[in-house]
Amino acid sequence: MSENSLAIRKFSDLANPTRFLALADRVLFWFAAATVLFFAVGLWLSFTTEGDYQQGETVRIMYVHVPAAWLSMMCYTVMAISALGTLVWRHPLADVSAKAAAPIGACFTFLALVTGSLWGKPMWGAWWVWDARLTSVFVLFLMYLGLIALNRAMDDPARSARVSAVLVLVGFVNIPIIKFSVEWWNTLHQPASVLRLDGPTIDPEFLWPLLVMAVAFTLLFFTLHIAAMRNEIWRRRVTSLRRQAVRNAGREAQGL
Amino acid sequence: MIALFLRDLKLSVRAGGGAMIGVLFFMTVVAVVPFGVGPDLNLLSRIGPAMLWIGALLASLLGLDRLFQAEREDGSLDLLLMQETPLLMTVFVKCAAHWAATGLPLVIASPLLGLFMNMNELAIGATMLTLLAGTPAITLIGAVGAAVAVALPRGGLLVSILVLPLAVPVLIFGVSAVYAAIEDPAPFLPPFMILMAITLFFAVIGPVAAAAALRHSAD
Repeated sequence: MSENSLAIRKFSDLANPTRFLALADRVLFWFAAATVLFFAVGLWLSFTTEGDYQQGETVRIMYVHVPAAWLSMMCYTVMAISALGTLVWRHPLADVSAKAAAPIGACFTFLALVTGSLWGKPMWGAWWVWDARLTSVFVLFLMYLGLIALNRAMDDPARSARVSAVLVLVGFVNIPIIKFSVEWWNTLHQPASVLRLDGPTIDPEFLWPLLVMAVAFTLLFFTLHIAAMRNEIWRRRVTSLRRQAVRNAGREAQGL
Repeated sequence: MIALFLRDLKLSVRAGGGAMIGVLFFMTVVAVVPFGVGPDLNLLSRIGPAMLWIGALLASLLGLDRLFQAEREDGSLDLLLMQETPLLMTVFVKCAAHWAATGLPLVIASPLLGLFMNMNELAIGATMLTLLAGTPAITLIGAVGAAVAVALPRGGLLVSILVLPLAVPVLIFGVSAVYAAIEDPAPFLPPFMILMAITLFFAVIGPVAAAAALRHSAD
């Protein structure tokens, strides 16, 4: 009980935007550096390891496709946790986090869809198949776009944050559906081969580059997310400063 | 609660309510299909159930943005928010009234359109049954979208964009249940059960989320 309240108090230290900005400034460089490093190693590994005996060179698409698909789901989960933070704890930075994550998530989902489709053409013989996994990821992409549209449509950030948080939580239904779609239905998309209870069934030759690329993508996401949150805080400050300036100008004009 | 139900029902059926416009839209959409794909009766009877479902989905999206907006404009939404009865129940009753005014006529009109699409009796019956089970889910999902967009001046299009992705499972299982009923080997019950499960699931999630959104969008 006491531990729990302590943890929340610790986390709520971040609620001060100035403190968050200071932390972001310190952390961002290291995150970016680690991202570059992991991408260098990951790309080198993915281009030097051997191709599959059956799929040939196209197996390398997987090193981009799978991390992007993981990230598209993780990003929505981050948004859902932020939405909980907005609605339950009224954490002032939670809505900034949710708003900043939406475009990044949409980009990763788009990347996963495009690379999957590029791989599907030589392997399945079609750019697009309406099976459960592909359809549910496409629905996820549409939900990202809808959330971005909703955020754009409202000018009051506090209100739009709370309202879109409700929608984010309702849309979270889709994430388990995406995850288990390959097991519940007979899909053309292959079932999970890395995150399994009985260990990965993928050859170490492919597993290593994949894992390094996954770490690189995750680091990239956090770098972009922190940078986007910082930009959003600055944008809000500029808006409020501008409003203040206009109000002052109006007061002066009345005084004259 | 019964008074609220009757009030909403009367408001939407009488002039300016626009409940009947949904049915008209439904008929128009389905009537346009033969112009698009050609008057081949075999083809029409094959795609008929799917066309009826798509038409019903689009038609039930049509009136959704008015679910809470009319109340907001004349101020009665604030009264509903301040009532002693839980907002959850109010939202649920409003959804029920909205469904009775817009969803039920679609179900009743579907056999007539089924005849236009050259469907046999079994297909018409199955389509009616699945529409009866599935359209409440669309209304309940739509209530969330309508509550989210209630403060927006032109929320109509946005509501459709927000609601459609969530309504995709309803469409998938509704149509697959109909085809399972027509074509022999596939069993009818599993997709139909899933369809009803979706409806029940959103009967719980929908009002909770819509009530939360309404509370937060009030100033």
